[in-house]
Amino acid sequence: MSYFSIFFQYAGQYLKTRLTYRADMAVEIFSDLLFQAVNLIFILVVFGHTSLLKGWSKDEMVFIYGFFLVPFAIFGAFFNIWDFTDRYIVKGEMDRILTRPIHSLFQIILERMELESLFGVVTGLAIMFYAGNNLGLSLHWYDPFIFLILVAGGALVYAGIFVTLASIGFWSDSRTDIMPMMYNIGNYGRYPVDIYNRIIRYVLTWILPFAFVGVYPAAYFLGREEWYIYAFITPLIGVIFFAISVFLWNIGVTKYRGAGN
Amino acid sequence: MGKYLEMIRIRFLMMLAYRTNYYSGILIYSINIGAYYFLWSAIYGDKPSIQHLSIVQMTTYIAVAWMARAFYFNNIDREIALEIKEGKVAIEMIRPYNYLSMKMMQGLGEGIFRILFFSVPGMVIVYFIFPIQFTSHPATWLYFLVSIILSFVINTQINLLTGIATFFLFNNDGLIRAKRVVIDLFSGLILPISFFPGWAQSIMGYLPFQGISYIPSMIFTEGFQGSGVIHGLLNQALWCVVLFIPIQVLWATAKRQLIVQGG
Repeated sequence: MSYFSIFFQYAGQYLKTRLTYRADMAVEIFSDLLFQAVNLIFILVVFGHTSLLKGWSKDEMVFIYGFFLVPFAIFGAFFNIWDFTDRYIVKGEMDRILTRPIHSLFQIILERMELESLFGVVTGLAIMFYAGNNLGLSLHWYDPFIFLILVAGGALVYAGIFVTLASIGFWSDSRTDIMPMMYNIGNYGRYPVDIYNRIIRYVLTWILPFAFVGVYPAAYFLGREEWYIYAFITPLIGVIFFAISVFLWNIGVTKYRGAGN
Repeated sequence: MGKYLEMIRIRFLMMLAYRTNYYSGILIYSINIGAYYFLWSAIYGDKPSIQHLSIVQMTTYIAVAWMARAFYFNNIDREIALEIKEGKVAIEMIRPYNYLSMKMMQGLGEGIFRILFFSVPGMVIVYFIFPIQFTSHPATWLYFLVSIILSFVINTQINLLTGIATFFLFNNDGLIRAKRVVIDLFSGLILPISFFPGWAQSIMGYLPFQGISYIPSMIFTEGFQGSGVIHGLLNQALWCVVLFIPIQVLWATAKRQLIVQGG
């Protein structure tokens, strides 16, 4: 069976299990929406007291946040590996994964997917259209395609960073809180990077490139030409970081010894 | 009374055994404080003050709001929900103590641990990183102390309410998550209540949430002066008393319709 058909088989099963508990799913989507609304409210309230933030207007900030939500939702739907060490290494579940005929990382993605996170894509698009409309942005015929590429780049940046962190579990299964820490650092990418100092900006661009999830790609649609170069290397950065992470993962798998019992 | 003090002590010791888990927590809170510090610096730009708060007061506000969160925050809503789902609550009810008071004491044990091993060192660390000002008025410190104790009580009462709701909803993970988001926003953790537009402020005036973070943080940064401090403290004290009523009503109703599945 090809990876594609396996994916759709798993997704179909997943939907069936979720739709059995519709009320629970509705509440979950609602609380996600609430969470997304909080950040939006923050931006809106703050702009009641200032008209520009380091040269960015309210609608531009809102647009960047809307863009950020899309790759983040895709990442959240497929890369639930924040508890990888606990769930798969410490409990020895990785043994089972390795007996499966597909790539171990892909198997974990299938098992841990949370498709309801994809609702964030809808929220993100709605926010972008609202802000874009206020800004009077116009779309070229090729913009939707560029959008898809930039979103994929952003999602790969996130995936790359978190798969790399998960791979550490193969070498050391001691408890660390590095994952939640990284989620919080990731929030820095929701805002324009020029509000941070030089060091943080450098880190967010080249070391933990969360800026490529929000502000850089969004700058393309906002017509901020000084950021174009960063916008266009977004897919490249995504592919590089994801490739490194898969490389590390593959080495890590060979170091896996099982929990043994 | 002795048994409740013992509860606080045991929870404190339990937390102490896992204290290394908390060092990373300080780092996470510092990262969050950092994000908001940079945002606010950009928002202030050249403005000397917004809504009567200077940038230094604002930074102090964020730092103290997050560090105080470590004190009042607890997971007893989740614990209660779990004990109800697993049916353990039936055993808890026949034990010779009041279940809800016991939960509150456990939360307090956790809070005392966190204030000593999380908030205080965390505050010292962020003091060296960000421009924060500590007041030199002893009275302010005293008011702040009273205020965060009241904020702990209010937050814990809301957690108890959320926990007891499991009796009626059976599965309330969503409610617990939603409550957390609502508290972060409406308590003034993310941004001071005084920044909201007037209509939103007047709605929030009727809600208990600002007693959790906004009032203690404003007292600490001396954004409240004179009678403002007293009003704030009275508001918190009032909510502590008012919230007691729905808890008792819900708890009495819940006990009557308790269904224990298995056990």
